[in-house]
Amino acid sequence: MKKEFPEVKVMGEWAILIEFEPEINEKLLEKILFFKTVIEEYYIELKVEVINTYNSLLIYYNSDIEDVYSEVLIVKELVYTTNIPKKVNSLIYHIPVCYDLDFGLDLEYLANQKKCSVLKIIHLHTQPVYTVYFIGFLPGFLYLGGLDKALQISRKEQPRMKVEKGAVGIGENQTGIYPKSSPGGWQIIGNSPVDFFDKNTEPPCELLAGDKVKFYSISRKEFDEISEEISLGNFHLKKENYEV
Amino acid sequence: MKSEIEVLQPGLFSTIQDLGRYGFLKYGVPLSGNMDKYAAKMGSIILNNPVDSAVLEITQMGPKLQFNASAKIVITGADLSPEINKISVSNNTIHLINAGDILSFGKRKSGCRAYLSINGGFKTSESLKSKSWYEGITDFSKLTRGMKLAFESTSFSYHDTHSAVKINSEYLYQKEIDVFPGPEYGLLSVKEKELLASTEFSVDKKNNRMAIQLLEAIENNLSPIITGPVIPGTVQLTPSGSLIILMRDCQTTGGYPRIFQLSDYAMNIISQKVLGDKILFKPDSTYINH
Repeated sequence: MKKEFPEVKVMGEWAILIEFEPEINEKLLEKILFFKTVIEEYYIELKVEVINTYNSLLIYYNSDIEDVYSEVLIVKELVYTTNIPKKVNSLIYHIPVCYDLDFGLDLEYLANQKKCSVLKIIHLHTQPVYTVYFIGFLPGFLYLGGLDKALQISRKEQPRMKVEKGAVGIGENQTGIYPKSSPGGWQIIGNSPVDFFDKNTEPPCELLAGDKVKFYSISRKEFDEISEEISLGNFHLKKENYEV
Repeated sequence: MKSEIEVLQPGLFSTIQDLGRYGFLKYGVPLSGNMDKYAAKMGSIILNNPVDSAVLEITQMGPKLQFNASAKIVITGADLSPEINKISVSNNTIHLINAGDILSFGKRKSGCRAYLSINGGFKTSESLKSKSWYEGITDFSKLTRGMKLAFESTSFSYHDTHSAVKINSEYLYQKEIDVFPGPEYGLLSVKEKELLASTEFSVDKKNNRMAIQLLEAIENNLSPIITGPVIPGTVQLTPSGSLIILMRDCQTTGGYPRIFQLSDYAMNIISQKVLGDKILFKPDSTYINH
């Protein structure tokens, strides 16, 4: 039997899961983010939280809904009858990364594996426009899509007990930044001085699902300067409208 | 003078918790909140506090605490042999505390997590709209020696210690856990489903606020999923057959198949289990064939 997508499933007493095609692509992300907005607008009066991943939406009801089964019918109605409009523009954030070997612990390993220079690796990593699919794993950890195939590499066989805050890594077909120090198995190629999660700001994380990201290479000196500006509260990420 | 409780000894692991942190899942922030919501809420109800009041969640071995002002307290959930000034006191009743009194705990008699509620709730600091402690979000992540916990002192009279609230403690010993099918339940074979419903599982060493792992493995052929949403109460089945029950501090996304989803009541039950305790999954028959 062929599955029809999206599938609307109840997940316990307080959540509804909407599953789309098992794919990872930007077109699907746009569709999911559109339905996310539709659902959020429908539930604007209630304490409801909607999150997305690559191919799912989760509606988490914090308030005392009658029961989740009556909500399923409403959600199905919303998902199956709403027309998808043309995509809206998103924001692109320019993120400084220092690819100094002090930070890029696995940069030489990666260059060796790929039989190219460290400079080539940096070039390949700063070239693409990445898409923020969602934030998960750790507060402020961006799941980025769009890594150049030439940079794909398997995770470290022995994960590091401690990866530094700001570390930029590659794991399989994904790249990302550790928002705080944590154990981790990705190959580390640099470090960004930017805070990707700050519990004292509202919102605590500036980027959101659907935003675009481009990395630019900075020297060790610039890294220290930006770190200084960040500590003084004078640094702001460069962002602009992004049109396809 | 500020009303405070001073931590003389921290015990094994205690945290301040309320009903959780809502509105920040999209930034990857866990929901957190009381592991056993029933016990925590009952403490608040007995004291006439709002149900979302901050309480102290105490795991297995309790701390030694000294009050610098008068207070009304209630201990609910696990029975960790509480004592006030070395005199044994019982759970689920209001105790009057005078300045200088010491609350301590002894041998664990039942359950895993006890809740200390205080009149007005703990007045500890809030971060991202919740007082629930979580490393990196709040200033503290567990009780440590010398720490001070703020509360609002109250004057009281002796006749208002009675409570007519009926407490159910049966669940502390309950083995059966109600579960709903998870998103990947349908991918299990008939044999795997039967095994999951008939195996008596025991709680493994890994038992914390993020997850509770079970000892017995269920061989399976499920493939990993594209990283998808998970919530407290989601039960994951790993390729090696381990069952992982995600708890209140769990991450917001995961890549293992999600085979069950616990009911709230089931989460209260599992929160009170310690190493070696047995559980039996009772798949909900009404919706299990979805």
